[in-house]
Amino acid sequence: MATTDIHVNTATHAHDDHSHDHGHEHHGNFWTNYIFSEDHKVIAKQFLITGIFWALIGGTLSVIFRLQLGFPDMNLEWLRPVLGGWITPEGKLDPEFYLALVTMHGTIMVFFVLTAGLSGTFSNFLIPLQIGARDMASGFMNMLSYWFFFVSSVIMFVSLFLQDGPAGGGWTIYPPLSALPQAIKGSGLGMTLWLVSMALFIASSLLGGINYISTIINIRTKGMSFTRMPLTVWAFFFTAIIGLLSFPVLFSAALLLIFDRSFGTSFFLSDIYIGGEALPNVGGSPILFQHLFWFLGHPEVYIVLLPALGLSSEIIATNARKPIFGYKAMIGSMLFIGILSFIVWAHHMFVTGMNPFLGSVFMLLTLIIAVPSAVKIFNYVTTLWQGNIKFTPAMLFSIGLVSFFLTGGITGIFLGNSAIDIQLHDTYFVVAHFHLVMGSASFFGMMAGVYHWFPKMFGRMMDNRLGYIHFWLTFVGVYLVFFPMHYIGIAGFPRRYYSWTNFETFSGFADLNMLVSGAAVITLTAQLIFIFNFFYSMWRGRVANANPWKSNTLEWTTPVNPGHGNWPGEIPNVYRWPYDYSKPGAKEDYIPQHIPYSETPESNLPHENELIKLESSGNDPIVVAKH
Amino acid sequence: MAEIKIIEEAKKPLAMNPRKFALWLFIVSVCMIFASLTSAYIVRQAEGNWFVFQLPGLFTTTTVMILLSSFTMHWAYVSAKKNNVEMVKTALVITAILGFGFLVGQFLAWGKLVEQNVHFVGNPSGSFVYVLSGLHGLHIVSGVVVLIVALVAAFRMQIHSKNMNLIEMCATYWHFLDVLWLYLFLFMLFNR
Repeated sequence: MATTDIHVNTATHAHDDHSHDHGHEHHGNFWTNYIFSEDHKVIAKQFLITGIFWALIGGTLSVIFRLQLGFPDMNLEWLRPVLGGWITPEGKLDPEFYLALVTMHGTIMVFFVLTAGLSGTFSNFLIPLQIGARDMASGFMNMLSYWFFFVSSVIMFVSLFLQDGPAGGGWTIYPPLSALPQAIKGSGLGMTLWLVSMALFIASSLLGGINYISTIINIRTKGMSFTRMPLTVWAFFFTAIIGLLSFPVLFSAALLLIFDRSFGTSFFLSDIYIGGEALPNVGGSPILFQHLFWFLGHPEVYIVLLPALGLSSEIIATNARKPIFGYKAMIGSMLFIGILSFIVWAHHMFVTGMNPFLGSVFMLLTLIIAVPSAVKIFNYVTTLWQGNIKFTPAMLFSIGLVSFFLTGGITGIFLGNSAIDIQLHDTYFVVAHFHLVMGSASFFGMMAGVYHWFPKMFGRMMDNRLGYIHFWLTFVGVYLVFFPMHYIGIAGFPRRYYSWTNFETFSGFADLNMLVSGAAVITLTAQLIFIFNFFYSMWRGRVANANPWKSNTLEWTTPVNPGHGNWPGEIPNVYRWPYDYSKPGAKEDYIPQHIPYSETPESNLPHENELIKLESSGNDPIVVAKH
Repeated sequence: MAEIKIIEEAKKPLAMNPRKFALWLFIVSVCMIFASLTSAYIVRQAEGNWFVFQLPGLFTTTTVMILLSSFTMHWAYVSAKKNNVEMVKTALVITAILGFGFLVGQFLAWGKLVEQNVHFVGNPSGSFVYVLSGLHGLHIVSGVVVLIVALVAAFRMQIHSKNMNLIEMCATYWHFLDVLWLYLFLFMLFNR
């Protein structure tokens, strides 16, 4: 049989198409390199560090109100140096400040930590690196997105120190409570700053989102077709689209609320009497606000969750050393979740006097979300199944995410039923549900992402042992905090109440509440281990190699510390999907995306061989040996 | 022996101009703002206690103005394609003047509303007219700024058939603002 001498020309898979601004490092000064940087990696780190700062504040606020709930008789005099006048002369927490704490905890965690801190960090960091781009479509808009977020953060932070306290009407800021400064202290200046801060936050999210979508669609490297994109990028893509469609609606709601509060219009206010005096507002509808708010509010849940699901898909496949199970099903389920997220908002409003038939429609649509969610859980478990699992801290956090997503998701099926919701609405059951499924699951996705991509961000490894301690304390702690809340909720404990000691019915659960509060303190303390690990490893950690997890995606083809422009030479081209782990016949248990099929004849499948074309420069016929 | 090369092609993925694409995404988000406000209008109207009044006739005049400005914008675009820079300048100036006139007209229309005793503060049926036209007016301001940017570029000879991006984006945005007003005007006209 004739054999042919084949000269593999490795140069064929590096095109000089992306020749703009590569190669040379950008040497700027301190301000352009670290502060007003247009480099997506620096902006990502800015988002991450701001997010960590906010997470600490948000977590501390929650522990303060948990002290009140778990230990109602405790003397909080020792907090006076920090909280000052918010501690009453009897050594108790001021009830109105309690409401402000709850409100700010929700706002900070949902928007500043899990939207900006999670999406802002990882969309910025991973999109250009994983699709093979030098930077975002518009570096300037990207920088603007961070600085809008920063100004919004400053305003929200300042509101914490107002004499009347920050906003106190709940993170959902329902009018008329939030619209009338006479109602509570928290509806005064604190609420005004809340609205201003959120308007800036929306601008930041839109600037970021437009950039993410535009980058993903338009500046992928050669060969990076949609079906070769990592699931992380898919998740960021859907997240950005959901944000683009829903944040403007929150803007409308906030705008009308600003007019009601500061200009005296009556969009949401009608027939209100304060101290026997009628307010001039007539003709408004408070339910209208709830419709507008939840039209953002529900998609927001998925804005928070989808990036975490994307990160964990990538981490689980890498560390199980197996292709992700059902790649297209994963994309399809995220798309389906994204579509459904826009047509279920009224399940937050079952008890507002909604037409019961309409309630049934929303109930049906809500329960359908269980289907794509279950597909995702199934795919995670089947990816893990018989994998060669590497239990890195990132992997543990990803598996923790799957656990929370399942535990919290199941109670969503209860709450989605309009009849059961009458009993459970606004109880601790709801609190338990969303803290597990969206709070903890997304938080674990974020942590998994930090542990996994830390070597790419800072060129060093985080300490694994501290990572394990952090994981187990947080994982057990989160379940200890939120699992008992289901029982407390079924017993009818309403959320946002300052104290239950006046109610005979609820006195029996004091011990359970004590357990929850104790666990909350431990869980927050455990985060300090992470903070230490994060900052210590940034300077003193073990130096990472270019591909510490033996991963397939493009970011690991960059140098250990990539400069502005990401790749010093050409941008690698992409020849395969990102999940060629443990491919039968392959020399190693991973084949990165930029390796052409022609270099891996030993593991190619028949249809992959067809992608290789042979070209002869002479007239001799080409004979390919068949095995 | 002939040298055999292995050619494995990495196909160039679908791509558009990222800036034009970003403009369309921005337009989508603006659409969502007005979609939510007009649906809030319908929801609120269905609840009753809705004060009915006539829209000032001036809105018809401003609508004609903004429609005309779309034609002059298109005229600028076509002239740029034909490398007729002088015509581009003239058309852009007329468009900007019409846009500015539209803003003045909207403001005067608010005055007419006040004469009809329909104030910003009062029944939401009136407040909505102010909010919808006011928010659209803000976007027109941004549109006029874009027109001026394009005009400056035209004076610097940066707009011609080989460099159409700016004027294309400018035209897209201006036509969008035109259609948006048409939608809002008809919406308010038919949902009294």
